[in-house]
Amino acid sequence: MKFLENILHKMEPNFVKGAKYEKWNPLFETIATFAFTPKQVTTKGAHIRDGVDLKRTMMMVIIALIPCLLFGIYNTGHWQMVAELGNRNLPYWENGLDKFWNGSLIVLPLIVVSYGVGLGIEFIFGMLRGHSLHEGFLVSGMLIPLTMPADVPLWMVGVATAFAVIIGKEIFGGTGMNIINVALTARAFLFFAYPTSMSGDKVWMAGTETTKVDGFTGSTALGDLATFMSDKPVFQNLNGFTSEYSLSESFIGMIPGSVGETSTFACLIGAGILLITGVGSLRIMASFFVGGLAMGLLLNLMGGNPYFELPAVYHLVIGSFAFGAIFMATDPVSAAQTAKGKLVYGFLGGLLAILIRVLNPAYPEGVMLAILFMNISAPLIDYYVIQGNINRRLKRIKTA
Amino acid sequence: MSENLAKIKAPSESLFSKKNRKLLIEPLTNNNPVTVQVLGICSALAITVKMDTALVMGLSVIFVTAAGNYVISALRNIMPPRIRIIVQLVVAAALVIIVNEILKAYLPDISEQLSVFVGLIITNCIIMGRFEAYAMANKPWPSFLDGIGNGAGYAILLLIVAFVRELLGSGSLFGVKILGSAVPGEETGLYTMGYVNNNLIILPPMALIIVGIIIWVQRAKNTSLQEEN
Repeated sequence: MKFLENILHKMEPNFVKGAKYEKWNPLFETIATFAFTPKQVTTKGAHIRDGVDLKRTMMMVIIALIPCLLFGIYNTGHWQMVAELGNRNLPYWENGLDKFWNGSLIVLPLIVVSYGVGLGIEFIFGMLRGHSLHEGFLVSGMLIPLTMPADVPLWMVGVATAFAVIIGKEIFGGTGMNIINVALTARAFLFFAYPTSMSGDKVWMAGTETTKVDGFTGSTALGDLATFMSDKPVFQNLNGFTSEYSLSESFIGMIPGSVGETSTFACLIGAGILLITGVGSLRIMASFFVGGLAMGLLLNLMGGNPYFELPAVYHLVIGSFAFGAIFMATDPVSAAQTAKGKLVYGFLGGLLAILIRVLNPAYPEGVMLAILFMNISAPLIDYYVIQGNINRRLKRIKTA
Repeated sequence: MSENLAKIKAPSESLFSKKNRKLLIEPLTNNNPVTVQVLGICSALAITVKMDTALVMGLSVIFVTAAGNYVISALRNIMPPRIRIIVQLVVAAALVIIVNEILKAYLPDISEQLSVFVGLIITNCIIMGRFEAYAMANKPWPSFLDGIGNGAGYAILLLIVAFVRELLGSGSLFGVKILGSAVPGEETGLYTMGYVNNNLIILPPMALIIVGIIIWVQRAKNTSLQEEN
């Protein structure tokens, strides 16, 4: 490491203000601070009790995402094999290495494209604005591939990443200034721009389109459930659904879906890491789950339709509910900031997610739209929480 | 009395003097009614999915602002100020009806696509804005030029937005499929390589984002347009 430090130290005079490569200073500084501690450190009057900075916070989220990523790679490999053989009952845990290898061939390019495009744009903006690379994209760049279906064309991922970084973040001033979650902006862009590549029965398993087996569908649990709201349901009744997708399989994540979101179990491991390190907000995660559960129970009470009668717990383990609650809704920039506001924000987010999911068959998964909507509402929630606090204190003064 | 004063003061000016040319050219760039004054946004969102509707809409607005400015400017000295808004509205409404009838007669398809938005030209802030801000205080000829300039500034912005939206959203320009055919099974051109039209860009929010990007680029290039915080 001393060797690397020496090299960087020797190069430094070329990048200072006024030197030959002044323009490339952001690039140099990024590499230097990535390998070693930044040069500017607080010397006196510290207001922060912890040595944690943005870079380390972001790295904790990446670490928390690793279980989801690894499981997602395996799951993608499994369903690709299913599509190839046209057999949905393929044993899940056999040929593990093959599945993992095939899965990596699908998922890793998504990650490379997402990081390549996103960091490229961040570098350009960094150079134009004269600041070093912001760390914010480290997490977004990992979240974007995990929210994609396995079969999405790579150029679409690139376009969506570019859109999300420029329109979702840079025009507001860069990392920390965005009003909506960057990764979800990328996903929402693709969802509305190229619906055939982002929804339906063909995209969740790599190669479904080319499979030679007749009558094979690559539908997801949510896609199948949404047909209960139409005239031609896939299953006769709820029992048909629960035997195809059992609760334990859905919890572990052995179901088709976007790359990283199927496994509630892996998401919960990530949640544990985020909570222990204090990076994620327990208030948002817990209230999001409670909100989803409440809406599920309310729909159970209403009944009358197999989808309405789906046990509420199911809603928490299928689709991207857990992934959204743990990694998307807790984004510290776009979520509500006040303690009470976080509870309201999470609860309403979970409520809306299930509401959209069940009542609107055109959007089989409502988590993305619910979180984006709550992102926009977050400042309003905070405003009312703060106003409420001020009014309560004013009353106390007046009565005293 | 005031008329005599005007006669004495008025210097003879050529039709396209430097000042008059400025009236035509300024609104196209540095004083664009849409990107700088931020007027007429709603119709810019509604009719920019295709180039031909945008072009027709642009020409209609040029006609209404130019002719309207001329008429209002000619009437400005005999119009009682208290009822000027009513007079302006009547003039604008008459011109809009003329445009609407002409479009219905000669371009029925486009007229149908533009639907209520031709009628809604009358509520376009650019029209009343120019009547009040310019025509009420200036002579007919400069007012006429000012109307053409502002209408053209609006039309140019519509055409830029429509260019992006039709090219990326439908893969065509003025209805010509320049990126090839996207019919499933018999794709040609770009579509054989897996390119797909962008459905989001056809939705109104994307028009707003494109207008926003144009404003961003324009103000980044011309820093004098940036507002102080």
